[in-house]
Amino acid sequence: MRKKIVLGLLIIVTFILQSTVFQALSIASISPNLLLILTVSFGFMGGKKVGLFVGFFSGLMIDLFYGNLFGFNALVYMYVGFLNGFLYKIYYDEDIKVPILLVTVSDFVYGTTIYVLQFMLRGRLNYLGYLKHIIIPEIVYTLVITLVLYRVFFRINQYLFEYEAKGQLSPWLRR
Amino acid sequence: MKKKKKFSVKSKHLIIIMTIIYVGLIALAASSKFSFEPLQRGTGYVISPFQNGINTVGTWLRSQTTGFRNAKKLEQQNTELEEKISALKEENNALLQDQDELDRLRKLYKLDKSFSEYEKVAAQVISKDPGNWYNTFTINRGSNDGIQVDNNVIAPDGLVGIVTEVGSDWATVRSIIDDSSNVSAMAATTSDTCIVTGNLLLMDQGKLNFIQMTDQEDKVQAGERIVTSMISDKFLKGILIGYVSEIEDDTNKLTKTGTLIPAVDFAHLHEVLVIKELKQKGSD
Repeated sequence: MRKKIVLGLLIIVTFILQSTVFQALSIASISPNLLLILTVSFGFMGGKKVGLFVGFFSGLMIDLFYGNLFGFNALVYMYVGFLNGFLYKIYYDEDIKVPILLVTVSDFVYGTTIYVLQFMLRGRLNYLGYLKHIIIPEIVYTLVITLVLYRVFFRINQYLFEYEAKGQLSPWLRR
Repeated sequence: MKKKKKFSVKSKHLIIIMTIIYVGLIALAASSKFSFEPLQRGTGYVISPFQNGINTVGTWLRSQTTGFRNAKKLEQQNTELEEKISALKEENNALLQDQDELDRLRKLYKLDKSFSEYEKVAAQVISKDPGNWYNTFTINRGSNDGIQVDNNVIAPDGLVGIVTEVGSDWATVRSIIDDSSNVSAMAATTSDTCIVTGNLLLMDQGKLNFIQMTDQEDKVQAGERIVTSMISDKFLKGILIGYVSEIEDDTNKLTKTGTLIPAVDFAHLHEVLVIKELKQKGSD
């Protein structure tokens, strides 16, 4: 329960930061995708189910506020979280190299998905232009933020995990 | 130890179920048979005060980063601006003289009121679309201040966008540089109509596209003012959008396309004005 509340708060705080402070800090009108970092991190550290729900609610926040098509972002983020969950327990999550790679791939996939489903279908065929002006700058900026933010998320996850483990061991819960 | 039986769903089943539910919901939303507006209003009511508060931090950070600009540049800017002020003062005097004449003529012709006479509400931009693909933003005024969906949003320089969603004290605005935005417009001098569309790739250069300009006499040239047209069903007539920067013939030789530079500086937009009047439509 505590884990759910903490994750919920984390999503809300990340969303608010991304839509206010980080929009003000945007470089050449590109801002980092914090919600994607959150989704990837918790998918990677917590498994498929955690990633799925974190991604789903992150996307839902965007949809509720800015969605052109309700539910679209929720679906995309949900799949990002779910797919990252496949690497849960395959790699050590203390190492920052793996999440860096995951964020790169995920952001690329996310950008391309949005391009294909919402831009290409409207007849905007210049994929390389979008790649150069939107997708790659976003990946680079997001990566820089990941270096800092992943450590924060890692600590939070560790704390949650320890709390859970303690709870299972505590004598009054054994019957 | 008693073994607790727990109902659990496998994650692969879960994602299939969620996908089916959500594709269904998207279809519902797209067919607009079902409205998510109450849900959106609810979350907006909870979240927007936070955004409002945190935005002050954002504004502070922005002022810090701009403070890093070197003093030389500012000095140079200052002299430039002073020159500009004197030029503008002169121009202003001339315009004031014209104004009297204009007032008189307006009364004579009983012209429709221009958009400067509509009732407006000032609002602050409190947050922007978190992604990089769209250009929508939230303002800190809503239905409590009389804002409705499809209200026009302007800045002192010109047209900014249109209200797409309204809550009690927040509203979402889609700006005209958004890739999915289309505005019916016309050239100010010749009244040739065209459609101004946002384009994500041109946005970096600070430009907008316009298409289907019907200008058979080749009168529209670079520098021409583009304003909202009288046939637009959502935008009030005669709001400045921008100035033509390039124009060329289409392959069909009937219409023209080109780019225009918006009058509003969208990268540094903090305060906007919402016109509380909707465009009058003919009876349905």
